[in-house]
Order: sequence, then C-alpha cells, then structure tokens
Amino acid sequence: MEASQLFTRQTKAIAVARRSLLIIESIPGIRYDEIVDVQLGSGELRTGQVIEVGKVMTVVQVFGGVSEVDLLRSKVIYKGETLKLPVSPDILGRIFDGSGYPIDGGPPVVSDSYLDINGIPANPASRIPPAEFIETGISAMDGLNVLVRGQKLPIFSGSGLPHNKIAAQILRQASLKAKSEEFAIVFGAIGVSYDDANYFIENLETTGALSRAVAFINTASSPVIERLSTPRLALTAAEYLAWERDMHVLVILTDITNYCDALRELAAMRGEIPSRRGYPGYMYTDLASLYERAGRIEGREGSVTIMPILTMPDDDITHPIADLTGYITEGQIVLSRALERKRIYPPIDVFLSLSRMMKEGIGEGNTREDHNNVFMQSYAVYAEGNYLREISTVIGSEALSERDKTYLRIADRFEQEFISQSETERRSVEETLNIAWKLFSALPVEDLKLIQQEYIDRYLPKR
Amino acid sequence: MGKIWRISGPVVIAEDMRGSQVYEVVDVGDARLSGEIIGLESDKAVIQVYEDTGGLRVGEPVAGTGEIFTVELGPGMVGNIYDGVQRSLVTMKEEIGDFIARGTRIPALDPDKKWSFTPTVKAGDKVSEGDIIGTVPETGLIEHKIMVPIGMEGTIEGIKEGQFTIRDTIAVLENGGGKKELTMAQRWPARKPRVYKRRFDPEDLLVTGTRIIDYLFPLALGGKASIPGGFGTGKTVNLQQMARWSQTHLNIYVGCGERGNEMADVLHSFKKLKDPATGRMLQEKEIFVANTSNMPVVAREISIFIGITMAEYFRDMGYDVLLVADSTSRWAEAMREIGSRLEETPGEEGFPTYLGSRLSSFYERSGRVECVGSPRRMGSATVIGSVSPPGADFSEPVTQATLRIVDALYSLDVALANKRHFPTINWLQSYSLYADTVDRWWKKVSEEYTYVRNQTLTILQKEADLEEIVRLVGPEALPEDDKLLLLVARMIREDYLMQSAFHPIDTYTDPARNHKMIYVIIKFYEMSRAMVESGALVSDIAGMKLKQRISRMKDIPNEEFDKYIADLLLDIEKSSIHEEGGG
Repeated sequence: MEASQLFTRQTKAIAVARRSLLIIESIPGIRYDEIVDVQLGSGELRTGQVIEVGKVMTVVQVFGGVSEVDLLRSKVIYKGETLKLPVSPDILGRIFDGSGYPIDGGPPVVSDSYLDINGIPANPASRIPPAEFIETGISAMDGLNVLVRGQKLPIFSGSGLPHNKIAAQILRQASLKAKSEEFAIVFGAIGVSYDDANYFIENLETTGALSRAVAFINTASSPVIERLSTPRLALTAAEYLAWERDMHVLVILTDITNYCDALRELAAMRGEIPSRRGYPGYMYTDLASLYERAGRIEGREGSVTIMPILTMPDDDITHPIADLTGYITEGQIVLSRALERKRIYPPIDVFLSLSRMMKEGIGEGNTREDHNNVFMQSYAVYAEGNYLREISTVIGSEALSERDKTYLRIADRFEQEFISQSETERRSVEETLNIAWKLFSALPVEDLKLIQQEYIDRYLPKR
Repeated sequence: MGKIWRISGPVVIAEDMRGSQVYEVVDVGDARLSGEIIGLESDKAVIQVYEDTGGLRVGEPVAGTGEIFTVELGPGMVGNIYDGVQRSLVTMKEEIGDFIARGTRIPALDPDKKWSFTPTVKAGDKVSEGDIIGTVPETGLIEHKIMVPIGMEGTIEGIKEGQFTIRDTIAVLENGGGKKELTMAQRWPARKPRVYKRRFDPEDLLVTGTRIIDYLFPLALGGKASIPGGFGTGKTVNLQQMARWSQTHLNIYVGCGERGNEMADVLHSFKKLKDPATGRMLQEKEIFVANTSNMPVVAREISIFIGITMAEYFRDMGYDVLLVADSTSRWAEAMREIGSRLEETPGEEGFPTYLGSRLSSFYERSGRVECVGSPRRMGSATVIGSVSPPGADFSEPVTQATLRIVDALYSLDVALANKRHFPTINWLQSYSLYADTVDRWWKKVSEEYTYVRNQTLTILQKEADLEEIVRLVGPEALPEDDKLLLLVARMIREDYLMQSAFHPIDTYTDPARNHKMIYVIIKFYEMSRAMVESGALVSDIAGMKLKQRISRMKDIPNEEFDKYIADLLLDIEKSSIHEEGGG
C-alpha cells in the first residue's frame, strides 16, 4: 500500500453523475472493487467504490451521493489497491472508524502487514468442528443453547428488547472465565446510535477488558458505505488475532439489520434487480462472506466466534434478514416480547432458540455428565407446561387434572427461576443444571423419562 | 491471448478472443483465475470466473486452454474432498496451507500415486465403449472398474498388469491402423449426461436407515427426491444421515453454498464411522464436493454437475450410487446472480427463466440403467436435493420448480423442530410415488407391510383431525376410543418416528428391525382397542408395563432386539386372550 501511494493517480474525466453513480473515462491501472476518493470542487472528499471497470468507461459508486459533484472541477483519485487493514498486536485496546482510521485520539497503527478486508476462505478440509464450551453465565444459554468456540450464533431481537444488555453481559462474563487464556474481543458497531456504541465501550472499560478489545465504530451518522466495510474490518482484525496470534476471539457485530439495509440502499442505487422485500438476490452470499469467517482451524490455537445481533423488523422471524442469517449461522438466540412483558430478563425464547453445535460442547469433560439429559428433560417439561397453558386459556385451568396443574406451575417457575436472572448474575454451568434439578424435584420421579437413573440418584434433590 | 475489456462482479468480458469456444476454460488476469466462457460475440468472450474478481484490471491477459470444462474421472476420487471446480482440497491443504488462495491449480487426481491394475481382457480381444478392461482396488469397499472411454473401440494390442499411475499407459487399442493409448483416467464434460443402454423404472428400496423414509415414504434406487425445509428443521442432518447410512455402493455429498463448520463436521465424522453392512470405514465409500457459502458463487453452479457426473461414472461401473446435494437453493441463487450480471430478463423473484429446465437437467440424470459395454451390468444413480425456501414458504420458485420434477418429497416442518421432534419430516405433507413399486421389495421383509403402513398413516391422519377438537374441548372430553387413538398416535410419534441421529443404535435402523418396531405398536393398538371395547379405560392402558417396554425398544441393541420383540408380541397376544376370556 505504501508503495502504491506514490503512484496515486487522478482523473477529471467524469462523463456522467447520476443518483450515486459516476461514470468516468477509464484509466489504466484502476482495479475492480477498489476504494477511491472523490474530490469535489469545494475540496470536500468523499469515498467511492469501483463497481464496474470497462475499457472505455468505469463506474464508481459514491458514498454519500453525488450532490454537488460537477463535471468540470470534481476529480476521482485512485490508488490501484483494494481496501486493506494494517495489523499488528498494537490494534488491541484501540478504536477505529468504518474505514479503519483510529478515532480514539491515538496514533495510526504502524505495521508492514496489510490484510485484504474480504479475507480468504478457509479450506473446508482444514477446518475442525467447534466443540469447546464457552461459559456465558446465562442459564438459558449455558443450559439449553450452548455457545462453543468457533461457532456463529446470532441474537435475533426486536426493537426495544434488551439485546445490547445481553450481549454486554456475555462479553463481560465470557471474558472473565477465560482470562487465563489468550482471549480477545472484537466489536463492530454498524449504523447504531452513538449511545449504543458508547454503552459497549463503557462496558469494556469498566471491566478492564478494553485492553483486550478492538472496536470498529460506524454510527448512524457515519457514511452508509462504511456499514459494509465495518464488519469486514472487524473480522479481518479477528482473523489476524486468531490465526496469527493464537487468540480466542469473540466478535460481536451489531446491528446486522443496518448492514442489510445499507446493502439494499446501495444495490437500489445501482439499479440492480431486487429480490425479496427489495434486498439484493446475493444477500445470502454476502452475509455468508461475513459469518463464515467464524471457525477453528486444525493445528492453530486460536478461534473466531461470532455473535451477530439483528433486530427483526416487526419481530418477524421470516423477514429476509433473520431468515438468511438463520440459514447460515449455527443456530440462533431468539428474544421474546412476551417474556419481556412478564419482566423476565433475559427474555430468551427457548423454543425458537437453538444451538446446532451444542451436542459436541456438553457432557462429561466439557460441562457435566447429566447435561444432555437435563437439557432434553427441561425442554419436554417446559413444552408440556406451555401446551397446557395454551389449552387452559380455552377450557379454563379448572378443567385440568392435578398432574396437568403441576406442569402449569412448573412452566411458570421455569421462567422465573431458570431463565430469569439478573444482569450482573454469573451462574456457573453447575448452578444452572442444579436449578433445573430443583424444578424436576416438584414432579413425580417416574415422569423424568429422559434422564438416566444414575443421574437421578446422583443429582435429584432429596425431598 | 485475449485481454480483459470489462469487469462486473464474477462476469468478465475479454476482447481479442477470436477462435475460442463456448464453455472453454480460460485463465483470467495476472492472478490466473479460473473461468469459463459462457458466450461469444465477434471477438469478445463473456466469461464467468470461479474465483473472486476483486482487484482485476482492464487489459490484464486472458488465456484460453482450448478445453471445455471436464471432470477428471479415475482412481483417487473415493475418500477425496473437492471444491466446486474439482480441485482436491486435501492436496491443496498439503501444498498451500489452510486458506484457499486465488489462482491455485490443483489436480483432481493424484498424478504420482501408484495403483494396482489387474486386466480383465487380453491382447487380441475386441473391445468397444464402456467395456471393462481391468480393475483397481481403490478402497476396501470400491473396486474401480477401468472402462473403455465413450466413443472408442478397437482391438487390444497390448495390456499390462502391475503398479501404475493414472498417467501411465495401461493398454493400447488398435483400430484400422490407428493406435490409441489408454490410461486409467478419463475426462467427461460436466454438463453433459453420460450415456447408457436402457433405462428402467426404479423398483428396489434404497435403504437409508431412517425409519419414516424407508417405511412410510420409501425412496427407490435410481429415484429422485427433495427435502425442503426452513432453517433449523435439520435439512443438513437428514442429508448427512442419508449419506452416512444409505445401503449403496458409493455416496457423493455435495455441500453447495452451505456452512463450513458443518462440512468440517461431516468430514470428521466420516473418518470415524463404520458402514453398518460391511464394518469398513465410511470414508471408503464417500466422495465430497465442498463449496461452502463463502467460496465463489460461480463455482457453486458447476459443483452440482461435477457431483452428478461422478455419480454417473460410478453408476456405469455397475454400482448403486447416491448423490445428496445440500442445498439446491444456493445453486439456484448462483444462477440468479450470474443471470442478473448478464442482464438476462428475469423470471419469478429474479430467478432466471430457465430455472426449471436447469433443475430438471440435474435431477433427470438420476436413474436405474443398463450400462454401456460388457459385461452386462445394471447401475443406478439416486439423487436427493435439499431446498431452503425463504421464510419456510414452500410457494417460492425453487421449491415449486423442484416439486414438478421429483417423485418423493420429504417436507420438513418448523413446528416439529420447535417441539424437538427429529427428524422433522412431516407425515401429512410428505409423499413418495415409489411406495407402490417398492411395495414388492418390502413384501420380502414382511407380507404385512402394506397393511401396517396403511394403518400407521391412517392413525396419524386421524390424530391430526382429533387434535383440532382437543384444542376446543380439552382431551378429557373425548370418548375412550378416540383417547386410545391419541395415545397410540403419540406412541407412533415418540417411540417410532422420532429417531436420534446421535444415538449409536437409533441412528440406523435396518428394514427388518424397522418393520418390527412399527408392527409391535400396531399390534398393541389392536389389543388395546379390544380392551377398550370391553370396558377398559385408556388411563389404565396408558399405565401398562407393556407400553413402557415398547417405549424402550429404540435403545435395545440389535443382537437382543429379535428376542425383545418376540417377548413383547407374545405378551400382547396373552393380554388379548386374557381380555377375550375375561370379557
């Protein structure tokens, strides 16, 4: 990059300026996909991206639009390079914007190593399946929807639900336990409010985790195009720390909905044929190019774990953003407005939530031998209680048998005692499992069909 | 040698390309990215590039190879892992490391490995296309048959026995003065179906080991099936199960635009698991094609055709081959992306108008055939594709186009997934047109197959009707015989249809065991119905030890299973007699 800066070239030959596009006369050396500067007559600089190169004409998309661009004085400055991030261990503890420039008042990162922010796909034959348990201290996750290293597990939320609180709690608590190991946090804020971004930074500061974190902040007022580069910068930093510095990296990306809306906005400006709800047809592939950067690689110490956060428009899980994400990620943590209304924190809907990597991460050696049995039995009991709840709203709870009423009560207690916990409470996985056992003890022992007898003997509290 | 003229995403237009042919493979740019010509116009060629085009410049060179896109076929495929353009990922890992660098050339077959070749013909024999001229023990499970390439015939002038690489000449063919040297490897254009003598209707069961599929919605060898399902319904686990346990000679797993971690999981588990019939490692009968969702889109389009060409090649040796493709939706999306870059007129939801014909050109390559060449042999290629409908809405174009092509449908249900009922194959929406023909196969296992299957489907259908009523009046308000039906339907669901992919015994059920499991439940139903008719209460039947024993049958090891079932049936019999005597 430094070498190429010497050859920075520019052109004033702008033929067309329409919507957000500039069509310029082609100049040798300009690369497909590269990031260029557009200088207005006033001297103001805007960022643009080369979206098509031809022998005669080149199309540049200008972030921030083409208002005030004139065809006489404006010019396009290009470097002949695609966007790259300078990396070194010094990026830890730093805060950058969506173009990779420091915004914490510190000096630029000095490095001779520049990585393409699009990353390089890992060879599937080199990957190893994620299997190591990450203790988040949250029962609804550690008990029923386990997060493992190298997994990509999103939080599906809705406007006004406490997804930021939950994510911050995971950040604080997951990093606590892992302190002895090489652990790092990468935070990518995409189009969020200044307050939301600040909330995370402050959280990292108060726990002292900031020195082990890198943040890339694109707030709602920053350029829309940088919403696309922000997560890529964050993931490039994460990959560097994981594969070259042997660290276990947890990446939080919020809010993917803003990312997708930016993708749609830019696609529409290019006049592309829209797919569902106006989002581009390649959104699956585009999202996959982010999420797929999670994983573990054989023979390397580090790992990249990704927790993207998205707010489902109108709480609709079939909305393209949630839907396509769900097809790529290995499960999802879904927040429920119904639980939120009952003042249950964290309001995690355990039926819609799922961790596909769970099987490998639990049991003896990882968590505890009875974990899988407790997991299945908890689901069965809570599901039964919920089913009866639904029926009792029609026929009245008086029409239910004594056994059914017991299940109704257990479902309530499950929400209040198992799912619910405080924002600062950090439960060990043993504590989580023991709470489930406490609930089971209210049931006839022959109803615990999904648990092996030896675990019942060992863990069921004596009445 | 041409030059880049225009770049737009994965589509590159090159000039000075006179003399090129459509579907010719080209090297694009200084990085030598791999691409394929998809159209020609005077001296310009439209090229789809299989690798990321970021950073390319106008004027960089484009070189034609003179060859169209072919699949390399020969010893060394089984157990291998390929990317979307048939580069061996195993070799790539050894040679360039853990990440897929652009412009890397990796051969599909190891050119240096020596294979033991045994001829089955001798000098002076007349041979023609498809004839088997020798064999190579490729793995413990697959004997690779070396065939005369399609389009060749003549007299064997010489043939060798011994250790050879795929580059070595193993036989020389003489035909009217001309001589042809044969090696163990051959090539075939990926998009062109391989030839066969005659096609037959599929009529033998493809044993998958998944109970609901084998018994209720059977798939036949040479058939074509689809598994649509929303996210979280376990499409991938279902396909993995089929690729693991299906009783075929060879399975091909095409991961098309799916998760890298899941692919890793498949690869790792296949290294550890054993084939139930032979006890050999599963890896010895599997080929993987892995184009994960972050790998280039265009390679996704060709990866499916690479998979099916390999399947046909092994079919031609006389084997039963299963190909699973996960997911055909990602494949269709790749076509949509390329179509839109080419500024084609879009069809429904932006998909190209040829979506349906392209899908059928893939599925139609399945089938049970008499292979070309001697000795006479039958082979089959069965195809199962998953579909990922957006929002689990089956009315979308890919699902609908697929439904018009396939003969068996395994419809995955989000509601079942939320109840943690796996596999989530919905018994009311799924179907198989092979049920009638495979019937004959099942009759060899049990004469009562048709009766038991119909009973099971009827009970499940009635349950769905009764559920509606229960939601209005509660379960207690039903008459006893309806309560019994609900009880038995629940047994069918929980003790039979639910099957754990992660339980060592439950993960695979052979047909005999499969039949016995459901037979016992139906017998239990007959017995208890008689009891209810003579005044017994369903709540008492629900508490019977017999019922508990039935619920444990899933975990009974295969060695003890026959005895366990025999005892159960005997006790059911006794209870019935007792009831008749007492009533």
